[in-house]
Amino acid sequence: MSVDKATVAKIANLARIRMDDAALERMVPELNGILQWVEQLGEVNTAGIEPMAAVIPNTLRLREDVVDADPLTGGGRQADVLANAPAAEHGFFGVPKVIE
Amino acid sequence: MTDLTSLGVKDIRDGVAKGDFTAREVAEAFNTAVAEAAALNAFIVTTPDHALAAADKVDAARAAGETLGAMAGVPIGMKDLFATNGVQTTAASHILEGFTPRYESTVSQKLWDAGAGMLGKLNLDQFAMGSSNETSYFGNVTSPWKKAGSNAAMSPGGSSGGSSAAVAARIAPAATGTDTGGSIRQPAAFTGICGIKPTYGRCSRWGVVAFASSLDQAGPMARSVEDCAIMLGAMAGFDPKDATSLQMDVPDWEAALNSDLRGKKVGIPREYRMEGTDQAILDSWEQGKAWLKDAGAEIVDVALPHTKYALPAYYIVAPAEASSNLARYDGVRYGLRDLPDGVGLQDMYAATRAAGFGDEVKRRILIGTYVLSAGFYDAYYTQAQKIRALVARDFERAFQECDVILAPTTPTASFPLGSMNEDPLTMYLNDVFAVPASLAGLPAMSVPATLNADGLPLGLQLVGRPFDEQGVLNAGLAIQQRAGFTAKPEKWW
Repeated sequence: MSVDKATVAKIANLARIRMDDAALERMVPELNGILQWVEQLGEVNTAGIEPMAAVIPNTLRLREDVVDADPLTGGGRQADVLANAPAAEHGFFGVPKVIE
Repeated sequence: MTDLTSLGVKDIRDGVAKGDFTAREVAEAFNTAVAEAAALNAFIVTTPDHALAAADKVDAARAAGETLGAMAGVPIGMKDLFATNGVQTTAASHILEGFTPRYESTVSQKLWDAGAGMLGKLNLDQFAMGSSNETSYFGNVTSPWKKAGSNAAMSPGGSSGGSSAAVAARIAPAATGTDTGGSIRQPAAFTGICGIKPTYGRCSRWGVVAFASSLDQAGPMARSVEDCAIMLGAMAGFDPKDATSLQMDVPDWEAALNSDLRGKKVGIPREYRMEGTDQAILDSWEQGKAWLKDAGAEIVDVALPHTKYALPAYYIVAPAEASSNLARYDGVRYGLRDLPDGVGLQDMYAATRAAGFGDEVKRRILIGTYVLSAGFYDAYYTQAQKIRALVARDFERAFQECDVILAPTTPTASFPLGSMNEDPLTMYLNDVFAVPASLAGLPAMSVPATLNADGLPLGLQLVGRPFDEQGVLNAGLAIQQRAGFTAKPEKWW
């Protein structure tokens, strides 16, 4: 399978990365080079093989059902959370006006 | 008095404990060496005050007769992928430029608790995506090594290239690295140092900027196997804040180091004999076999039939996870915001990400988005995950016949910066020997073996069973003792 400029534009939109025509043109052969190379995976017979998502079998642990069980990741840290925001206002993250 | 910057982790820790020198003297010596080495561009920011404050704490603890930590008095470099409280953390990207965490990553906190100090935040490939340290927003890192008879700037490897350059140049006794598909082992091999990626889950990922979460693993980079064992012990351990953290005890790897390999079997995977591998690398592999045999091990052939497919599978799995992980950079909560006049929220996201991500990062996000998109998911992503299962099964079967696997770390020695940029694929192929162990989550280490005809270091790789860091370190030690690798780069910076 290979991608054309329209497909790359669609992916770039899905990925929320603005790309002008020149950037799209440049990306098409680069992505196709990579995609053609990974095509070889189709040669492998994977019938009956379970896809592997995690290398070490792991079950999610449950933590104590209490407020702020871990003070490092607990609540009450509004100032810390907002400290690096590009536009914090009135204790919130500021974003441009959204009109639907 | 010995030049303190020539010492490694163990010698510094023991020297400080014995009172041969103070931790402050060590920190001052390394701070000076760091300041003089700006030409390497190994650090994005330096933190001499952090190193001095940690050293003073150790000196005071010693004076008070307190027990000192495993890394007491050792100033280290911190890869700029670990969140450090109050110190800019960028992942070498523009999108995180100026980001100053209000918390400390688990791994860095454990190192400070063990008595280490921080010389600065080390440069890397942007978001750890790269194998040559040429994708950093803050400029290339230059290796301290030069090819014989040439003045060309050489690659320190990547993505932990600031770490490898700093340790090889003796401006840091050790540094943290992270390894997603070879990012500790390949730079270690390129610069003649040691580096170990432990079993997936040994080191907490909490507070480490995420690239591909099912693969990312932190580890130490230092100039000896002993130093790696000490530092890994300080970094590893269960962390409830990381859902994939291994809930098991951390062995005392340093105490159990033993290079007597009698009764051990070393597997040689025949599929690693690939076209395009330098003859000097193949020769060093033969030499490695002889060294391990000399240490008492039996050499056996093993098969890893899906080796050839590991790298292309990795280049689906890792970008897929990256495209999801990097969705968080939206110009809202932290980092860069690019808000052109009069645009809405969606356009702000797109403009911010266009301005904030480098080309390689964009390429991988696009590939990841494509392979996860409707209609292509099964053909690419599911198939890659199945191949990942086959690669892991290959190792499982091989480890029924051997205790540890010996292979080259890389197919070539270091190359000049700028010489591999024509086609992204050429660069990817550099990790062909490193990626299989990453996909399987296995502990793997690179140790320096020899210099090639150009005077550049070559590394050998050891891969172990899950949780058997000890077996990897022990085989690494056996090679270290026989290789007698003492070469170091001549100072030109």
